[in-house]
Amino acid sequence: MPAGTLYRGREGMWSWVAHRVTGVLIFFFLFVHVLDTSLVRVSPQAYDNVVATYKNPIVNLMEYGLVAAILFHALNGLRVIAVDFWSKGPKYQRQMLWSVVGIWIVLMAGAFYPVLDHTLRTLFGS
Amino acid sequence: MSTPTLDKHSAALDAAENTAFEQITITLRVRRFNPEVSDEVTWVDYQLEMDPKERVLDALHKVKWEIDGSLTFRRSCAHGICGSDAMRINGRNRLACKTLLKDINPEKPITVEPIKGMTVLKDLVVDMDPFFQAFRDVMPFLITKGNEPTRERLQSAEDRARFDDTTKCILCAACTSSCPVFWNDGQYFGPAAIVNAHRFIFDSRDEGAEQRLEVLNDKEGVWRCRTTFNCTDACPRGIEVTKAIQEVKRALITRRF
Repeated sequence: MPAGTLYRGREGMWSWVAHRVTGVLIFFFLFVHVLDTSLVRVSPQAYDNVVATYKNPIVNLMEYGLVAAILFHALNGLRVIAVDFWSKGPKYQRQMLWSVVGIWIVLMAGAFYPVLDHTLRTLFGS
Repeated sequence: MSTPTLDKHSAALDAAENTAFEQITITLRVRRFNPEVSDEVTWVDYQLEMDPKERVLDALHKVKWEIDGSLTFRRSCAHGICGSDAMRINGRNRLACKTLLKDINPEKPITVEPIKGMTVLKDLVVDMDPFFQAFRDVMPFLITKGNEPTRERLQSAEDRARFDDTTKCILCAACTSSCPVFWNDGQYFGPAAIVNAHRFIFDSRDEGAEQRLEVLNDKEGVWRCRTTFNCTDACPRGIEVTKAIQEVKRALITRRF
């Protein structure tokens, strides 16, 4: 038995957890992104070498994950702003969260082919 | 002569009595901690014969009175007004005296823990001093300027309705101890203190709103709120806690209250 159990929060708490997790993931992406882009200042060749290592299905899948993280963080960020500044925001926070999730699913479905196009062609033939 | 009416009545009465005294076996899983005996926390299961219409508090009483008198928890009125018996039941903050067994699935073990984010003194009893200090810090009393009026301070029904929701607080700490920000940063004023500040900030008779807002403008004040809505879900009085906090935030920006 653990020392304590997990607090069983509802949608609001889990949306906050997801907001934090996606925020940290986006930070790590930006960290790497600033580093590899700044390599251009070192030498264009070094930049090309590093970017070449990204051209594989795993990184492509991570790109799709990045789209997922940014979309959720952006949409839920709008929800948080509405909770903060719209007087009826706290009352409709749950409905707004499900709207965010709905829009997120639609956009993720829409981004699936454009983002993963190349990997799908490489892995599953021409 | 037969007495069908009477028989029928007694049959109905029997049925009513059978449902009235329904007994089921429940497992109450309590987080026990006694620093005088051990620094280790233990979980103890108690098998109890209870009516599902009874409350978690009744189950705790049964353990304390009939099985283990050392079980320690707070309760005063036992009817949802004093705010003493806030605890974490099946992972959520609730008042033990307002939680019926049938509402929390008595077929599975019912876990009972002290509220989170405060120092546990013994079993389900936590140190509430920091919680009440935050409450005192927002000055939860009427502040006025000038001479005292010779008659009552009158208030319109609309002005009274403005802060009606936040007058319901019983200071049970269910909200503050459900807040993830508070768990990680005990310096945060917490929802309960902000609710009680809100009660005076939006009171038309009160003139201390500026002072209270200054207190809550602190780094550990309202801006720490991350709108997780755990406090609103946990409040046994149904106060829209997050809404109250947002209103205080907006009052700080617009200086309108």
